[in-house]
Amino acid sequence: MTTLALLTVFLPLLGFVVGALTSSFWSQLITSSLMGIATLCAIILFASLGLREETLSLSLFPWIHVEFLEVNWGLQLDSLSLVMISVVTLISFLVHVYSVGYMKGDPGITRFMAYLSLFTFFMLSLVTAPNFLQLFFGWEGVGLCSYLLIGYWYDRENANAASIKAFLVNRVGDIGFVLGILTLFCLFGTLDFSGIFGLVEEHQNDTFLFLSHPCHGLTLACLLLFIGAMGKSAQIGLHTWLPDAMEGPTPVSALIHAATMVTAGVFLVVRISPLLEYAPFAREVITCVGAFTALMAATIACVQNDIKRIIAYSTCSQLGYMFMAAGLSAYGASLFHLTTHAFFKALLFLGAGSVIHAMSDEHNIQKMGGIWRYIPLTYAFMWVGSLALAGIPFFAGFYSKDIILNVSWASPLPVAGIAFICGTSAALLTAFYSWRLLLLTFHGTPKANDAVMGHIHEAPLLMLIPLMVLGVGSVISGYALYSLFVGEGTSFWKEAIFVLPEDTIIPAAHHVSLWIKGLPVLVSLLGIGGAYWLYMVTNNWPEKLSTLFRPLYIFLSQKWYFDELYAYLIVKPSLKFGKVLWEEGDQTIIDGFGPNRLSTFSLSISKLMSRLQTGYIYHYVFAMVFGLVVMVGWYFCQPSLLLQELGLLGK
Amino acid sequence: MIPSLPLLSITIFLPLLGAFAISLNWATTGNNARWVALWTTLGTLAMALILWKNYNPLLADFQLEDKCQWIPLLTASYHVGLDGISLPFILLSAFLMPICILASWTSIQTRVSEYMIAFLVLETMLLGLFSALDFFLFYIFFEGVLLPMFFIIGIWGGPRRIYATFKFFLYTLLGSVLMLLAIIYIYYEVGSGDISLAMTTPFEPHVQTWLWLAFFASFAIKIPMWPFHTWLPDAHVEAPTAGSIVLAGILLKMGGYGFLRFSLPIFPEASAYFTPFIFALSSIAIVYASLIALVQTDMKKLIAYSSVAHMGFVTLGIFSADAQGIQGAIMQMVSHGLISTALFLCVGVLYDRTHTRDMSEYGGIVHRMPRYAVVFMFFILASLGLPGTSGFVGEFLVLLGTYQVSTYATLCASTTLVLGAAYSLWLYKRVVFGALTKPGLKAVTDLNRRELLVFVPLIAAVLGLGIYPTALLSLLDAPVAQLIDQYTIAVDSNESIVDAKKSLEVALLAP
Repeated sequence: MTTLALLTVFLPLLGFVVGALTSSFWSQLITSSLMGIATLCAIILFASLGLREETLSLSLFPWIHVEFLEVNWGLQLDSLSLVMISVVTLISFLVHVYSVGYMKGDPGITRFMAYLSLFTFFMLSLVTAPNFLQLFFGWEGVGLCSYLLIGYWYDRENANAASIKAFLVNRVGDIGFVLGILTLFCLFGTLDFSGIFGLVEEHQNDTFLFLSHPCHGLTLACLLLFIGAMGKSAQIGLHTWLPDAMEGPTPVSALIHAATMVTAGVFLVVRISPLLEYAPFAREVITCVGAFTALMAATIACVQNDIKRIIAYSTCSQLGYMFMAAGLSAYGASLFHLTTHAFFKALLFLGAGSVIHAMSDEHNIQKMGGIWRYIPLTYAFMWVGSLALAGIPFFAGFYSKDIILNVSWASPLPVAGIAFICGTSAALLTAFYSWRLLLLTFHGTPKANDAVMGHIHEAPLLMLIPLMVLGVGSVISGYALYSLFVGEGTSFWKEAIFVLPEDTIIPAAHHVSLWIKGLPVLVSLLGIGGAYWLYMVTNNWPEKLSTLFRPLYIFLSQKWYFDELYAYLIVKPSLKFGKVLWEEGDQTIIDGFGPNRLSTFSLSISKLMSRLQTGYIYHYVFAMVFGLVVMVGWYFCQPSLLLQELGLLGK
Repeated sequence: MIPSLPLLSITIFLPLLGAFAISLNWATTGNNARWVALWTTLGTLAMALILWKNYNPLLADFQLEDKCQWIPLLTASYHVGLDGISLPFILLSAFLMPICILASWTSIQTRVSEYMIAFLVLETMLLGLFSALDFFLFYIFFEGVLLPMFFIIGIWGGPRRIYATFKFFLYTLLGSVLMLLAIIYIYYEVGSGDISLAMTTPFEPHVQTWLWLAFFASFAIKIPMWPFHTWLPDAHVEAPTAGSIVLAGILLKMGGYGFLRFSLPIFPEASAYFTPFIFALSSIAIVYASLIALVQTDMKKLIAYSSVAHMGFVTLGIFSADAQGIQGAIMQMVSHGLISTALFLCVGVLYDRTHTRDMSEYGGIVHRMPRYAVVFMFFILASLGLPGTSGFVGEFLVLLGTYQVSTYATLCASTTLVLGAAYSLWLYKRVVFGALTKPGLKAVTDLNRRELLVFVPLIAAVLGLGIYPTALLSLLDAPVAQLIDQYTIAVDSNESIVDAKKSLEVALLAP
């Protein structure tokens, strides 16, 4: 088992190293096959450990040992990690295979494949981490790889900007994450999960002095960690990088959205469930943020025209659901949705990649249409993905989204109502934008020019096989994993997830009324119907609506003006401030009053002094005589005595 | 090993021997001098490694001491020795010097012998400085460093080198004059120049304040802290590549070393008293320098400002007076020594090819220099503190140490996560990425074998310390623990400073 675990994590790293050093053919073969082996190992592990409810932990060698801070490199495989490594390796393997087809002929394919493997390695080390610091190692690693992959086409200005943006926004979240880790260390004196989670109960009421405010330690730590999760999982406020991340090649988007990056935040929140259970306020915040994100991203997705961007906002929205569930203590449901979402989101992205591939790199769905006949397989897969995303019964998303919405209905938390309303509205919008995408892309009259239309072709087999696997996953994963993940009385999670007895919500969610159970499906059908009516039945209603609600439309299509706001409030002022500090602070004030003033001062003094050195003998003689007179006069008059007598000079 | 050999002294003066050898051969310039210098520095590195091997990390005391009378009249002695705090700096200096020599291999074509002699003399001074256990000896080495550095910038520097050298020289001299006064005072109090004797001598708190300030003047300029940092960008910009390497890689660490060796152990009460002051200056330095780095167009200036920010971490860590903070500060110094060296080398590589440091003159380098792009990327990432590189370990430990003392300072310092990433990645993007359009860049060649040879050990060291920092941290355990013990005893006997640190200990003992 130990060997298998090590193989799972380190084979992708080996793939990166070997792949980066070999020629393009070998690099594709090696990275993909190593990834395949890793996937096999992960699934064997899942089957032999996860299903038998065993855990495995393994310490490799010391990392940082200072005083009582002891952090080791290691692996920890509990049911949570096992689910994650299975999802991550499987999706990553499929993306590897797909990339071989998709990136064919790209001169940088070696680099691309190597990055993909490195990405997977970091994600695996993140989910198998036994302590917060190693989790952070993986965390930053996936941030790095997303930076490298989004900016893969480094000649493009947009790609560079997007990649830097992704890294920086993530780093804003990381400030929270790091401070959260520091707080935990101050509270518990260790960073190991087992150590911290074992001590939670004793420390549940600890206070910590943060910025001179006494705070409830666990709440503070959880909120800070959640800021990190918000950055990585693109929650409202820190989501702006995700849509821009579309600048990377499509397989990367699939990987980022489905498996190796944005799920990290959800994973973190589920991982710290023992802390969250004692920090109800933090959970409420998480629920609200998740709910708002779900709704906000869905509204934006309804008016976007870039096929990848729509799916990106959809990811953002679905991640909101996952956080919502976690906030309501339904961690199992959160992870369930993460798993099903991984399948159908990867499917949608790879399908979109296939569409883009077929349409000669066209991204705008308004310029597509009427192409379903030419690429029937892709079309079918997109349907499957959309059905799963919209939560139509018996597709994967149905099970996971339903349970989340039921949880939000059943939960006694005061914010659960907000979550339910936002979640249900988002479900409506989800169905709407999914079918908007489908209909505009595949149906209606072709809007592309003849050259493009003449060139349309189905993707090669290498790209279709991953789609098939994902398609199957999108259909069956919900049904297959339902009872294991969120079934009543499932013991699958064991210690990996901790829920206080009074917060146990999933059983209650199974017993909500049929109305509530059916509501998500109902609104989804409504959304589909709406989209069909708008884009198939009427011909100019979308335009009419957008002119009728012009301000709203612009607000949505400008993505709620987050980018503009940040540019105006943060980016520009920082640069300006930097310039002022440099020119005024350093050059004018510090140098001006410090060294430069000193040097001009001494220069002027010496100039003054040099004036005395005239070179005329009579000047010098005069000075000598004058001096002599003064000295002699001083000696005779003793002016100091004189002054003393006058009482002007003390003794 | 043979215990009777004065290993440390041999290490210190070996470079001087090399310099002497070159001076004998003065007339035949060029390659001869280069090879002699290279072999001498490599020999010194080997000696430093032997020192490391003979050093016992479990002892907190000074080891491998060499002592003999020197100026009996002043009771000043030649007294050198090592402890876990000085050994990392000895290793760092010995490690970087061969790299400096190799980096100057082709870019220095005038007065090669003199140049190599300057570097070898500099190395002796640095090694002596980090191992001196006598105030006078320390002071001589401390000032001695200035001379070769003055010539290196002043002779082989850029167009504004005269302004830069004078600024550098006068700034640092100003500080060290004050330090000399303090040293003389201590000498009269203690009755000898022995540093370890001074460590055990308690000084009156109000006296400590003045002495502390005098030392502070010197070290704050050296390291440099805001607002005494303005000499650094100028000196860096004008210095030749190897000059920048020594400056950023080792010279700045003299300040941090000084704080650790003198300020903290000899003046504990004053240090505790001034901690908020240092924290404020360091926090300002981190944010201020990072913001300035954002708007730089000169690559060297950008790295210089980033150094100021990184050194802000060092001072934070040292004065957190906490094991994690101090070990983190030393880690950060070593790691910055490696990373900034590599970054200056990266700039040097480009400068050798195109003779400009202006970022706007570049763009799309990756098309011509893929290997260079990989190396540069690696060090950019190390510089922004990616976990797995040495940069992260230092920063994290410092933040951890500081957080237990001041959450405000930690919050300020943590902005570097974003700002540091911003200026580093923008620098990289502007230089390396993009389409290759500038005509001047169409013919540049990728790293040659010598340049690769220079980078490989740096990469290995940065990765090695990032993944297995215990190699270094284990050296620090004993002496840092002792340092903190002395410090806390002294401070606790006085009225105590704040502490989150205490609440931590209470929390730990609670269960």
